[in-house]
Amino acid sequence: MMMAAASQPTTSATTDVLPYTIVIGLEVHVQLLTRTKLFCGCSTAFGAAPNTQTCPVCLGLPGSLPVMNHEAFILAVRAAKALSCRIAEFTKWDRKHYFYPDLPKGYQISQFDLPFSSDGKLLVCDSKGRFAPRTVGIVRVHLEEDAGKSIHDESTGCADSRIDLNRTGVPLMEIVTQPDLRSPQEARAWLNELKLLLVYLKVSDCNMQEGSLRVDANINLHIPLPDGRIAKTPIVEIKNVNSFRSVERALLYEASRQWDEFNHTHAEIGSSPKQTRGWDDPAGVTRAQRHKEESSDYRYFPEPDLVPVTVSETELSLMTSAQGETPALLRSRLESQWSISAYDADVLVNQGIAFVGYFERLATILSDGKSASNWMQQDVMRMLNENTVAIESFPVRAEGLAALIAQVSSGAFDTSRARDIFSEMVKTGRSAAEVAASMGIADVGDDELMSLCRELVACNPKIVADVKGGKEQAAAGLLGQAKKKNPNVNPGKVRQLCLELIRAM
Amino acid sequence: MAITRSDVAKVASLARLELSNVELDTMTRDLQGIVGFISSLDELDTSGVEPLAHPLGTQNVFREDIPTDSLSLSEALQSAPRHDGKYFLVPAVLGETGSA
Ligand SMILES: [Zn+2]
Repeated sequence: MMMAAASQPTTSATTDVLPYTIVIGLEVHVQLLTRTKLFCGCSTAFGAAPNTQTCPVCLGLPGSLPVMNHEAFILAVRAAKALSCRIAEFTKWDRKHYFYPDLPKGYQISQFDLPFSSDGKLLVCDSKGRFAPRTVGIVRVHLEEDAGKSIHDESTGCADSRIDLNRTGVPLMEIVTQPDLRSPQEARAWLNELKLLLVYLKVSDCNMQEGSLRVDANINLHIPLPDGRIAKTPIVEIKNVNSFRSVERALLYEASRQWDEFNHTHAEIGSSPKQTRGWDDPAGVTRAQRHKEESSDYRYFPEPDLVPVTVSETELSLMTSAQGETPALLRSRLESQWSISAYDADVLVNQGIAFVGYFERLATILSDGKSASNWMQQDVMRMLNENTVAIESFPVRAEGLAALIAQVSSGAFDTSRARDIFSEMVKTGRSAAEVAASMGIADVGDDELMSLCRELVACNPKIVADVKGGKEQAAAGLLGQAKKKNPNVNPGKVRQLCLELIRAM
Repeated sequence: MAITRSDVAKVASLARLELSNVELDTMTRDLQGIVGFISSLDELDTSGVEPLAHPLGTQNVFREDIPTDSLSLSEALQSAPRHDGKYFLVPAVLGETGSA
């Protein structure tokens, strides 16, 4: 163990300077994108009035029996497969017992010793190079039901807690990683990659505000001592983290807290049971919670109301055949197919599958990946942000934007004019040609342009002399005048034409 | 396998059962008797026998992901000892969350 810990490369910039190695493992709960709950036909739609999506099964009423949702199982297998997990040929469900008012049955149907998948991995790379690529092992992925929601409103002075059981029985996939992460930054980036993968595969919407993705983080420190031994601090599980940014903050806080505590107490792993601490986001601290129950305290036993599930090779390939491209594969395909940089491919893919779809349509029409990528990353992203609109409902279609970009390439508009036109296209939903016409922007004819340039050259003997004397940059003085006479002229064309006229003089 | 008084006390506390000293003694004796009876099975050689996950031979029982009617709010709440017409009411539980 000591050797393994000591040989861990400290690749992260943040760990290089620290007198310890941070060791992080994650437990992620993800709600699967099904219409109904895991064991009954109640709807999983978010936001319904409390206790209007329940039935005898999810209320845990006597005599009711659960039946497994096939779609939930397929989605979970699809995700596990994309996480390079081994899919078990035989899997079963178990009861995990604990008492809490939002768990009406007194047990949760989960998976204990025979989860449907195990031994996976997911690589995270940082396109900005802040840390070296990190492959994070996945211990297991299993399928279980969610609990309900308890509401404690201390402000009303009400002595009761209120319980909403709409969530009870919603299908969750639990993903448990190996303790392979080495910095809070890596943990956040890895979670982003996991979320991206699950959203691309349409396994979950991963909406943290609606509770579709929840993270618990396990962290401790490996501290090299002067005698060569590595001290390991007690593992802490951090709960109640509501965003990936909070995960990073909570882990940063917890690492320095554990370092301080170690310097005071020299307490090492095994000296106390695993501690659970809750993240208090406004205060920016973790606080101790009840000590975690040992797994034997959950009194797991096989769920007699559900029969086991077996998965043959044929069924497995059928379940994963509809699987889309993973973000990692998509990045490398975009890079090679459209000759864009790894960084650009990363930015595009991180914006989601619909954004990439738009990019690829644009790149296809333009036959130019680089130009399409630039427009997507600068102008389209800016417009989406300014108008807080999703690419799916973006008013300008790829064909329309391609027409505008084509006119920029042909020299009809310069880039800044094209940006004005694009803003207007987004606002009004009209085509580039229509917007240009309504803004009085028209392609200036060759004859008109020529007579304008002749006039400019004739009226500016000083500039002409300067240019003839070798100072070509003096021609810039002509451009301002040209814009005043006709705002639609393309400054690039004016410059080129005037220089030709002057040289011919 | 011997069942001790503290085993029984621990299981009782996990099951949120309050047992008197007399009940603890009775339970320990009874459980010891039950476990002793079952343990005669230990005499069988079960090496090479697959552990049984379920007594039925059936496997792969699924339903389609199609919504069915839920109970009405009043039906859902009607068996609860206390409710406010919208929520189930329970004595205050503060600061801790259940484990999922
Ligand atoms: Zn239900």
